[in-house]
Amino acid sequence: MPIKYPSARAGLEGTAGEGEIPPPVEKVGVNPQNDQVSGLDALELAPKSDKGTLGKRIWRSTWPKLLAIAIVVLVWQIVVWSKWKPDYVLPGPGTVFGDLGDVLRTGDFWDGVLLTLRRAVTGFALAVLIGTVVGAAVSRFAPLRAAIGSLITGLQTMPSIMWFPLAILLFQISESAIMFVVIIGAAPSVANGLISGIDYVPRTWLRVGKVLGMKGIAQYRHLILPASLPSFISGLKQGWAFSWRSLMAGELLVIVPGALSIGVRMQQARDLSDSSLVICYIIVVLVIGILIDVLFNAADNALRKRWGLTGN
Amino acid sequence: MSLVETQTPRPVTGRGDAVVRLENVSKQYGSGSNALLALDRVSLTVQQGEFVCLLGASGCGKSTLLSLVAGLDKITGGTLDIGGRHVSLMFQEAALFPWLSVAGNVELPLRLQGVGKAERRKRAEELLEIVRLSGFGHKRPHELSGGMRQRVALARALAQNADILLMDEPFGALDAMTRDILHDEMERIWREQKLTVLFVTHNVREAVRLGDRVILLSSRPGRVIEDYPITHERPRRIDSPEVSGQAAEITDRLRAEVARHAH
Repeated sequence: MPIKYPSARAGLEGTAGEGEIPPPVEKVGVNPQNDQVSGLDALELAPKSDKGTLGKRIWRSTWPKLLAIAIVVLVWQIVVWSKWKPDYVLPGPGTVFGDLGDVLRTGDFWDGVLLTLRRAVTGFALAVLIGTVVGAAVSRFAPLRAAIGSLITGLQTMPSIMWFPLAILLFQISESAIMFVVIIGAAPSVANGLISGIDYVPRTWLRVGKVLGMKGIAQYRHLILPASLPSFISGLKQGWAFSWRSLMAGELLVIVPGALSIGVRMQQARDLSDSSLVICYIIVVLVIGILIDVLFNAADNALRKRWGLTGN
Repeated sequence: MSLVETQTPRPVTGRGDAVVRLENVSKQYGSGSNALLALDRVSLTVQQGEFVCLLGASGCGKSTLLSLVAGLDKITGGTLDIGGRHVSLMFQEAALFPWLSVAGNVELPLRLQGVGKAERRKRAEELLEIVRLSGFGHKRPHELSGGMRQRVALARALAQNADILLMDEPFGALDAMTRDILHDEMERIWREQKLTVLFVTHNVREAVRLGDRVILLSSRPGRVIEDYPITHERPRRIDSPEVSGQAAEITDRLRAEVARHAH
């Protein structure tokens, strides 16, 4: 039974109502107000879209990559066929992938990968620690920001290879020299990510925090740190890229005796004029870089999804 | 002339206790020739359990007034007395935190007060029930519609268990249908929870629809120019002849006030 509500034009409709005053709206039966609310909610919520099975989704994101790799390999093969350089200088994909297969089967190689990754992870972890502390301090104390805010950005743009001469003088040919450069390459990005995350916490969130009675540490714990997470993660991602680059440069330049890292092995291959092996290591470094980027992107996407920052 | 005037507290009249009392409150931003007087000697009281709407055109300082009552900003003249009572504040944006679930957002004020986990859960469930969002606690804020988010924000404000609920155009960004239904909801929750509400809006009908009183502010500087008691029987409808009629009257007064600034 529809309820007749008085219209906005009630009273202006002349004789239509014939002096009839609509009765005040009473609640009838099972709470119509509840139905209106949940009806509106149901209408406003977007229907769930079907994204297909996991297999389908993986295939959808994989085939363009496979196609890209195929094209690169094809072009490479064509260049080799064109005899632009002799075979021993620029070997074809067949030779390189064969060598790569051999290399991957040696335990030695995996020790090298492990050593390099251990350096990368240690250096990156220290850079994150230092970057976070510096970033938090800079965003908290205005004079500190005035003092070193632009210095941090300056450090970020500095090519890391410029630090090696000084690092070698300070720490000799040692792990410490490599770590120094890795950290100084990555920490500024981490610090900057945190600083801009904290700077761009929306004003209304800060007001909400104030109204909820957040002060001091509680404000950091419950508002500022979680709110700056997306920017912090992109800082981490960039920091990782810088530390990986610095590390590769370091391993080529600072050859610590006995430490047969990826960089050292590549340098040895060059000394032996083994182009195929050099290209093998390029591929290895590239693949490691891509894999770690995938991890960061997964973290970034998971966060964006939780926050509702993804498209559509 | 100093804006600060010493006042002897006036005895409170009317029903209930006065929970918010403003006596000649002024708010000035800046100083010297750049000074901007946002509020000029505003006096008003809000009684326990009352629903008071502050209405005005742009530049009337109505949001400033809420910030002052909320303690987010300091008055520059007069006295503002809320008797140490707690306030909660709702904005035009729900401003829910995206890193927390819906229930997590509602629980946050309790968490800050040090309420234990089990108790928090229970209370958040009750509050979501009040705003008719039971079963949405595990969702993320972005999965809800604008109207639903605003109800979560209301639940979060209620979780503070404050004595006074301040609302700054809370339904301003919603479509007409949603707003209409939320008016019904707001009226119901105000009645059931026995809230004291100070509600800022520029929508005349909304003010008449919801308020026990509508206080009209002038613009630049903000002054109280009229205090309309709204006595129509509740529950009201925004399109009822009584509400429309009184809204028309107030709109005329507001238009006259806006026109004054043409010269």
